[in-house]
Amino acid sequence: MIALILKRLVATAFVMAFVAFFVFGLLHLAPGDPAAVIAGDIATKEDIERIRATLGLDLPFHTQFLNWLGAIMQGDLGTSIFSGRPVSELILQRVEPTLALTTTTILLSVVVAIPLGIAAAWRAGSWIDRTMMGFAVLGFSVPVFVFAYLLIMVFAAQLKLVPVMGYVSPFKDLGGFLRAIALPTVALGVTYVALIARITRASMLEAINQDYIRTAHAKGLGIVPILFRHALRNASVPIVTTVGIGIALLIGGVVVTESVFAIPGLGRLTADSILRRDYPIVQGVILIFSGIYVLINLTIDIIYILVDPRIRY
Amino acid sequence: MRRARMGVTALLGAAAVFASMSLAMAETTLKVVPQADLKNVDPVWTTAAITQNHGYMVYDMLFSMDSKLQPQPQMVDSWKTSDDGLTWSFTLRDGLLFHDGSPVESKDAIASIKRWSVKRADGQALMTRVKEIVAVDAKTFEIRLEKPFGPMLSVLANPTLPLPVMREEEAQTDPNTQVTTIIGSGPFVFDDKAWVPGDRVVYRKFKDYKPRSEPVDGFSGGKVAKVDTVEWIYIPDTNTATQALMSGEVDAYEIPPLDLMPMLKADPNITVKVLDTLGKMGHIRPNHLYPPFNDVRARQALQLLVDQREFLAAQVGNPEFETVCYAVFMCNSALESEAHAEPWMKPNPEKAKELLAAAGYNFKDPIVVMLPTDQQIIYNNILVMVGKLKEIGVNVDAQAMDWSSLTSRRAKTDDPNTDPKVGWHIFPTWWTGVPMSSPLTNAPLVSTGDPKTAWFGWPKDDEIERLRAAFMDAGTKEEQMKIVDALQKRFYEFIPYLNTGQFVTPVAWRNTLKGVPNALLFVAWNIEKTE
Repeated sequence: MIALILKRLVATAFVMAFVAFFVFGLLHLAPGDPAAVIAGDIATKEDIERIRATLGLDLPFHTQFLNWLGAIMQGDLGTSIFSGRPVSELILQRVEPTLALTTTTILLSVVVAIPLGIAAAWRAGSWIDRTMMGFAVLGFSVPVFVFAYLLIMVFAAQLKLVPVMGYVSPFKDLGGFLRAIALPTVALGVTYVALIARITRASMLEAINQDYIRTAHAKGLGIVPILFRHALRNASVPIVTTVGIGIALLIGGVVVTESVFAIPGLGRLTADSILRRDYPIVQGVILIFSGIYVLINLTIDIIYILVDPRIRY
Repeated sequence: MRRARMGVTALLGAAAVFASMSLAMAETTLKVVPQADLKNVDPVWTTAAITQNHGYMVYDMLFSMDSKLQPQPQMVDSWKTSDDGLTWSFTLRDGLLFHDGSPVESKDAIASIKRWSVKRADGQALMTRVKEIVAVDAKTFEIRLEKPFGPMLSVLANPTLPLPVMREEEAQTDPNTQVTTIIGSGPFVFDDKAWVPGDRVVYRKFKDYKPRSEPVDGFSGGKVAKVDTVEWIYIPDTNTATQALMSGEVDAYEIPPLDLMPMLKADPNITVKVLDTLGKMGHIRPNHLYPPFNDVRARQALQLLVDQREFLAAQVGNPEFETVCYAVFMCNSALESEAHAEPWMKPNPEKAKELLAAAGYNFKDPIVVMLPTDQQIIYNNILVMVGKLKEIGVNVDAQAMDWSSLTSRRAKTDDPNTDPKVGWHIFPTWWTGVPMSSPLTNAPLVSTGDPKTAWFGWPKDDEIERLRAAFMDAGTKEEQMKIVDALQKRFYEFIPYLNTGQFVTPVAWRNTLKGVPNALLFVAWNIEKTE
């Protein structure tokens, strides 16, 4: 396992180097000019060119890339073109809300979806199964922002049970945090509940039909240990994969939810930075995301070994 | 027993006093959803409207416009002009302090004027006449001119791109380098540590601010901060922002979406009011450098396609907020005039087609039109024009892009006829009313033809430039209106751009707010928050 971890960490460095070049190139090739956005609507061409020069955006591509790379190697993610603040500071400001939303969403998704999937598999073909899968289709089909608006309308605007928007840190006010994060978590979690429930159902169906499960029944074992101790354990590899991929996708996919609920997270930071061409922030965030994805994949691989002792690398 | 009762009574009394003291000391916070995210904090470095609004919070100005758009002294206590109009002397009010406690002095004002004027059309116009600006003493400075400059006070009171008075050390920063140390002398202090770019901006009341004694009127008068803290909470989703206002999680919404206005107006807890009575003007700009729109007939053809009612219906969709206006300098403005526009008020597509043909357009070559799909009002504006062009047989190459791409592409002077992926023929936008309401600040009217000094589109017309320069010499309202009349006439001969309708965007706030000033935008001074 140590060798696996070391190999993956070395691979991470190569992946991030490739991502760095790719992202830098893509951003600079895309149309748009942050100097024009900074200059504002009343500016002239000369104003824009002056700002470009001040920001170093008129330097050749390779010079800009090497300058940025050199700074990265020293741990400096650069400075926002717009606010003049360090990118690392801006990312740190935003990471907590995104991590909080991602964590609550995955927790809710796992806690709700796995029992749903198990129940659907156990009662395959029944009304329970069909109802679960119907909700799953709905969860895939309805966009996140539609769910979000409906939840806001009912639970925030009408019933006033939770706030319409915003984020409260759990370290400042745990109750406020739970109230504020409830709707975004449900809105974002619906799709993942649907996804994980379906995968769980499919994996469990395969496991439930195995001989060892029939033997367990014959030996008089209760349904709960059969499903949770025997069948689920053997069905868990695809479920763990889906959950892991879900975490990775969530980090990048929270932007719609963060925008609707005005949560100051990384998703919104990235989307806003892309729209205004704040290159250093986009580059910094994507670099960090790529590192996180690699680490998540590594974690999933380690969990495989723990869950299924037959797996060896 | 009696002593115990007295003791309890005393305790209860003390508790009541303490509670009332706590209530009295409780901070009031005004929460506002601003029109945009505050991306940068130097109102001279950028022309972005949100940064100007930020400037109003933390900086003070030498002069400010009142509700009738007349310049009034703000930081200036008194001023006088020499008989020949060549020397303007200004004396600052007593007791003005920056947020770091240092006094505001002439040197700060002078450095601020110089820095600001480099980046502003009216400031540049002023500086062409300035011989020198000198400090007479710590509170008095003089602007000495080589030629009289009639609109001096209006320029110093520019409401849309205001002149923020910074400390000399910040004001000496190159205007093309952003000032990031924000220390003004305005009624609020920028809390740099609490700023989360993209989410929240926080301002604290400046306890040592010395407001004028006059009542507030527009941007002028006494700017008394009656709340302790102002928070700008940027909510990108308009539906969420509207719900937040209706549920009381925020107190004001600077530009609510027009399609949700009926919902806000129906809420008895919310006031919806137009503060900026000049509003905005839909705008379409042709490229004057290349065919066909380098030919005036082609531009006249575009003008004959415009029925402002149709364009306004697309941009706004609510007649309550729309005004058909053919005044170059806006309707409801001090220089309003629709003279010479009458022949253009009725669209004539057949004539437009003839004029385009006469200009040499062959109805085969693509006309590159930029479509900013992420700016709803502007996008709707240009979609109507695209439809009109197609109706008369123009081969439209409508290129969708985001606003950021458009702002960089419109700066390119490449020929769209040979390089349609880089150059452009037409792009849309809108303008706020105030800069459009004066020949000095109306940027798209500048017709030097020089890509360095003219706004994108680069029209060239010596007559318009002569009239704009003449406006600087106009000393009386009558003289100004003569020049306005001549500019109206020339505008509709030359067609530097198209106006596609004037509209206003109301502000919405909860009725717990009292004393909202009638400035052109939602400003935070004078506002009390009651519960």
